[in-house]
Amino acid sequence: MSEEVVSREVVVGMPHGLHARPADQLAREARKWRSRIELLNDSQRVDGKSILELLTLAAEAGTRLVVEASGPDAREAIEAIGSLFDRNFNEQEQDASR
Amino acid sequence: MKFSDFVSADAIRSRVTSHTKEGVIREMAQALVDAGSIAANDLESIVKAIMKREDLGSTGIGRGVAVPHTKHPSVSRLVGTVAVSHDGVDFESLDGEPVQLFFLLVSPPDRPGDHLRALENISRQLRDDTFCQQLKSAKGAGEIQHLLEEADSHGVAS
Repeated sequence: MSEEVVSREVVVGMPHGLHARPADQLAREARKWRSRIELLNDSQRVDGKSILELLTLAAEAGTRLVVEASGPDAREAIEAIGSLFDRNFNEQEQDASR
Repeated sequence: MKFSDFVSADAIRSRVTSHTKEGVIREMAQALVDAGSIAANDLESIVKAIMKREDLGSTGIGRGVAVPHTKHPSVSRLVGTVAVSHDGVDFESLDGEPVQLFFLLVSPPDRPGDHLRALENISRQLRDDTFCQQLKSAKGAGEIQHLLEEADSHGVAS
């Protein structure tokens, strides 16, 4: 089985940053995949499957992060997680009530 | 940001008695009223807003911890409190664990950065399993406050 490592850069586009709700959505998506998923900023590398860890990034709007997936379904996982960021976690549809 | 920047010491509760999500949120909001951190007139509206936020997705963040919160125009700075439930409450958390440790936050609508930094502080400190356990088994509000102060003095405030 291939253990591929794939990464891509994402930008936090939500006006309130990567707060509790997007962190929850992100961890839920990450848990669908067998690959290890990590998020990196300048100084930290955290487990993408843990809301608690994701919140330690305190990533405000405009922050650039790298998503890294390693494992048998790394490519698909990166695509799915990247698309959450590309869609701003569907925030506009739910107003700004966090 | 440190715990002391947003936790209202007089509103800490070491033993909430409710066994429902709304019950715990109400106890904590009432504690903030009793401590003078929010106005009694705003209690219902704040509880309602927090429950509305819960409808969008649980604020259970894993490890038996939840961070119920809302923005509310009645506060001019971030206010919050801490509570412990010995029995645990079902919060529909991602990891399925019942929640024993609650951090409730009410923030002014225009300060998303402060809210994010409070969440960062809570989650960073709670990565420490020992700290998490000590809070859950604290004997009283004073002990919780002491643990938070201790964490504040080691943690590098951001």
